[in-house]
Amino acid sequence: MGTYHAIVFFPLIGAAIAGLFGRLIGDRQAEYVTTGLLILSALLSCISLINIGMDGGTQKIMVLNWISSGGLDIDWVLRIDALTAVMLVVITCVSSLVHVYSIGYMSHDPHRARFFAYLSLFTFMMLMLVTADNFLQLFFGWEGVGLASYLLIGFWFKKASANAAAIKAFVVNRVGDFGLILGMAAIYFSVGSLQFDTVFDSAEALAQGEFDFLGMTVPMLTTICLLLFMGAMGKSAQFLLHTWLPDAMEGPTPVSALIHAATMVTAGVFLVARCSPLFELSQTALNVVIVVGGITAFFAATVGLVQNDIKRVIAYSTCSQLGYMFVALGIGAYQAAMFHLFTHAFFKALLFLGAGSVIHAMGDEQDMRKMGGLRQLIPATFFMMLIGTIALTGFPLTAGYYSKDAIIEGAFAAQAAPHMFGFAMLVIAAFFTSFYSWRLMFMTFFGVSRSSNETLSHVHESPPVMLVPLVVLSFGALFAGAAFAGLFVGSEQTAFWAGSIFTAADNQILIELKQVPGWVVLSPLVMMISGFALAWVMYIYRPSWPSEIAAQHDLIYRFLLNKWYFDELYDFIFVRPAKWLARFFWKGGDGFVIDGFGPDGVAANVLRVTRRMVGLQSGYVYHYAFVMLLGVAGIVSWLMLTGGLS
Amino acid sequence: MLQNLTLILPEMILFLGAMGLLMIGAFSKGDSTRTVNLGAIAILALAAATAGSFANNAQATAFNGAFVMDSFAALMKVLTFVATGIAIIMSQGYMRLEKLARFEYPVLLLLAAAGMGMMISANDLIALYMGIELQSLALYVVAAINRDSLRSTEAGLKYFVLGALSSGMLLYGASLIYGFSGSTNFVEIAAAFQPQDGILPMAQVLGLVFLLAGLAFKISAVPFHMWTPDVYEGAPTSVTAFFASAPKLAGMAIFLRIMMTGFENALVAWQQIIILLAILSMVLGAFAAIGQQNIKRLMAYSSIGHMGFALVGFAAASAAGVSSVILYMTLYVVMTLGTFACILSMRQDSGPVERISDLAGLSQTRPFMAFCLAVMMFSLAGIPPMAGFFGKLFVFRAAIDAGLYSLSIIGVLASVVGAFYYLRIVKVMYLDAPADEVNEPMPRELSILAGVMTAFTLLFFVYPSPLVELADKAGAVLMQDGMVATDMLQEHLAGH
Repeated sequence: MGTYHAIVFFPLIGAAIAGLFGRLIGDRQAEYVTTGLLILSALLSCISLINIGMDGGTQKIMVLNWISSGGLDIDWVLRIDALTAVMLVVITCVSSLVHVYSIGYMSHDPHRARFFAYLSLFTFMMLMLVTADNFLQLFFGWEGVGLASYLLIGFWFKKASANAAAIKAFVVNRVGDFGLILGMAAIYFSVGSLQFDTVFDSAEALAQGEFDFLGMTVPMLTTICLLLFMGAMGKSAQFLLHTWLPDAMEGPTPVSALIHAATMVTAGVFLVARCSPLFELSQTALNVVIVVGGITAFFAATVGLVQNDIKRVIAYSTCSQLGYMFVALGIGAYQAAMFHLFTHAFFKALLFLGAGSVIHAMGDEQDMRKMGGLRQLIPATFFMMLIGTIALTGFPLTAGYYSKDAIIEGAFAAQAAPHMFGFAMLVIAAFFTSFYSWRLMFMTFFGVSRSSNETLSHVHESPPVMLVPLVVLSFGALFAGAAFAGLFVGSEQTAFWAGSIFTAADNQILIELKQVPGWVVLSPLVMMISGFALAWVMYIYRPSWPSEIAAQHDLIYRFLLNKWYFDELYDFIFVRPAKWLARFFWKGGDGFVIDGFGPDGVAANVLRVTRRMVGLQSGYVYHYAFVMLLGVAGIVSWLMLTGGLS
Repeated sequence: MLQNLTLILPEMILFLGAMGLLMIGAFSKGDSTRTVNLGAIAILALAAATAGSFANNAQATAFNGAFVMDSFAALMKVLTFVATGIAIIMSQGYMRLEKLARFEYPVLLLLAAAGMGMMISANDLIALYMGIELQSLALYVVAAINRDSLRSTEAGLKYFVLGALSSGMLLYGASLIYGFSGSTNFVEIAAAFQPQDGILPMAQVLGLVFLLAGLAFKISAVPFHMWTPDVYEGAPTSVTAFFASAPKLAGMAIFLRIMMTGFENALVAWQQIIILLAILSMVLGAFAAIGQQNIKRLMAYSSIGHMGFALVGFAAASAAGVSSVILYMTLYVVMTLGTFACILSMRQDSGPVERISDLAGLSQTRPFMAFCLAVMMFSLAGIPPMAGFFGKLFVFRAAIDAGLYSLSIIGVLASVVGAFYYLRIVKVMYLDAPADEVNEPMPRELSILAGVMTAFTLLFFVYPSPLVELADKAGAVLMQDGMVATDMLQEHLAGH
């Protein structure tokens, strides 16, 4: 019992109280209990991060023996090392701020206790995920956050689109989870344990091993890594499994900030970083990670260019930034990935909560085409969003500047082909990032208002309970980079991470990235400035250009607006055949065969037999007498045939 | 001679009582129906008490072995007489309202009861025939007692014609049996009907089959059931209630006795026939009832089905089997009388209603009646913990112990199909919108009877042992009977 128990279980207690007794104690009390417990948890996390940062090393705190069945022996252990501590801070801090913010944002909702219970449950599950000491424990948290995400996306369950989005998120994640389960099974099959240390110790052996699969021989370690990465792709919305994330914006905005920006979607990054001892030994797997990450960063940024929904822009931005993190993982700069995860959590949560504040002010309007000129009306929100935007675009000395530039430089440093591909993608994405971020700012806060006067008359600055979290986050967005760069990726990184992240002996990426040519260092900055400039030209200087360009390049515009037609493609490839198959089994298999020959068929036959039997009863005495005689004759003949007679 | 008279005391009471009441009815001035009714009930009670006093006595015969009295006969007689008495009580109000109240009715029922007593105690083909005819003649008349109704007279006529046919078959069978055994006494018949190498001579089997057909007609086992639905529907409801109860008990009793004593050695032949009758009755009872709209007709098929279930225990041909049949018949009579107490209460101001749809929403208009009827339906369907479930449990257990697996499986499946139409009545009463077709209040004596039967059905499982023990004892006597007969046969052979 101790600090770590408290950090992990406070949110669960909060969730239980709000969820089970919410009606009893009232919404207000439920809010206070969950928020209070989370703030406590966040404070303890910060203390523990400082402790870990000083002491280093890995602590293991036994909770209980979870499963003991045959050869499978799994303890529930809280594994606390630098990697976990960073995640603890990110999760509990953002979560507690989101809790506070939600008190204001959700103040008109009739189901607040349920909302806060879900939020706290999510936090607990996320903590389970990051404190896992074995794959099964991690999987428990992994599925737990999936469940909480499903519940929160579909929180407004009366909205059909919210339900659809919730189901979509769940189903798409199942695809990734399938890979994760297979990966875990492969690990258990080859190592005989799911405990992290045991598995990581046998990484060398795995690298030599091979699986025989359907007559093919596949390298063991690469297979495992790719399967695990498939799980990470699902959770972190990487290219091909990204479709659920934009739709997940159907959930309340604080949920988007917490789950779909700062924490859950980074679980994939965490998984790969946690499994760095495995990934380090498989260059193939790392190359795949780079390529997928690079494509995601580029693809999501292009889609973000033309979206009109304020939350969707940020959602695609998140998707794109996750791509950055995966490129960092792929090039072996796990520390840089974690660093970007850390800073990103602040400025992306800030952007989302800021967007929430805008939406709140505009009376639940999310379309940027109906905004504009809000700078004077909601100056505090504008200021916060501005901080978020410059941090995201990597303005020098802000958080994003440190982490993002480290990744871009690292990608160039290795010089190999996949790395260069990643580098190119990230640099282009940096330009797009800057453009769509400033586009968002200009469309929302500058120019003339495009909304109705009636809406404008209601526009108001958000209450302090919503603004205070924004202020706290904006501090993080401004200073987290400068404050932690040294620890995360700088000179003190070896001492800080203290073995929680494994890097091969020849992996000197963090040193090499300091030695890249000057133009590489400058490239993100140039991209940021040009993105800003283009956005300024198009949305401030010549506001008529965007629609003209869209009209001229209609094909490209619609391609981007429709998200590269991925939803339509998946609908065609997967959804419709699945529905067709389901319909076939439903109508043909269940309806026709099982019901038809089973219950319905039997019932129909009963009626047919009944009609025939009732028909026998003609009412004529001679029929009746005939039946009696027939009966006697029948019995006698039967006895004759069966040998009762001689 | 004195012993002869002692043993037939219950029947004597009924005969003399019937004659006396007939005199009262014929010679009293004004309407004596009420007096005769009450007298008949008292006489039946007395006869039942007298019969009951033989319950613990050892088996004794009278009239040169033509008449036998043992605890099986005693139990069956008590049940039959009580059932007849209840049928008279239930008939009073109905007959009065239908303007059918006549003093002849209770007198005829008394005579029928006397005939049933004779049947139950018959130990000789002549005695058997006498009992059956005495009973049947009374029943033909009461079926047509509503002589102004076309349907009632038609029912009586049909019953008479077909009954005569069945009597003819029975007599034909009896004559064949007599021809082969040289005796009409069951014990001596048993000695003659000995299969050689597991095979019975053809003519003996023919006699057995014809006798069986005559008896199966009485308990309306398929395919000798055809009269049942028409007679049940056509006869006045109170008569139907009687038809469905006491005569079935008596018919099953003599059926059991003759097969277990007279043809105990010819088991190979008759067991197959009983199995066949059981299967046909259960299946037809279950399926045909589904198509019925008239509740009396439905009860006719229900009764056919229940005879099939009782025959399952019969087919086991063991002490446990006989005991289970006795128990099943007892519970069946209770459930049937309880159900008819409710059916007799289905009235509008203009007269009785008989359609199942008339019961719609009864739970709201007549909650007590609906509850009683629902309990009866659950019990008839064999749903635990109602009494009907235990009846089925015992017969199937006996059949399983005897190795009759396929018969048991068919029986269980038939009871599943049958459950549909019982539950449909519950559904109509509890889930359908009230039709308000039944709007007369439930007569007091009927509600008391229905309440008692419902309580019995509902609570039987709490303390079933007295009835089960009685049935076991009676069943054991009947099977022992056979052993006694075998002993006598061996003595007889040794004497020569």
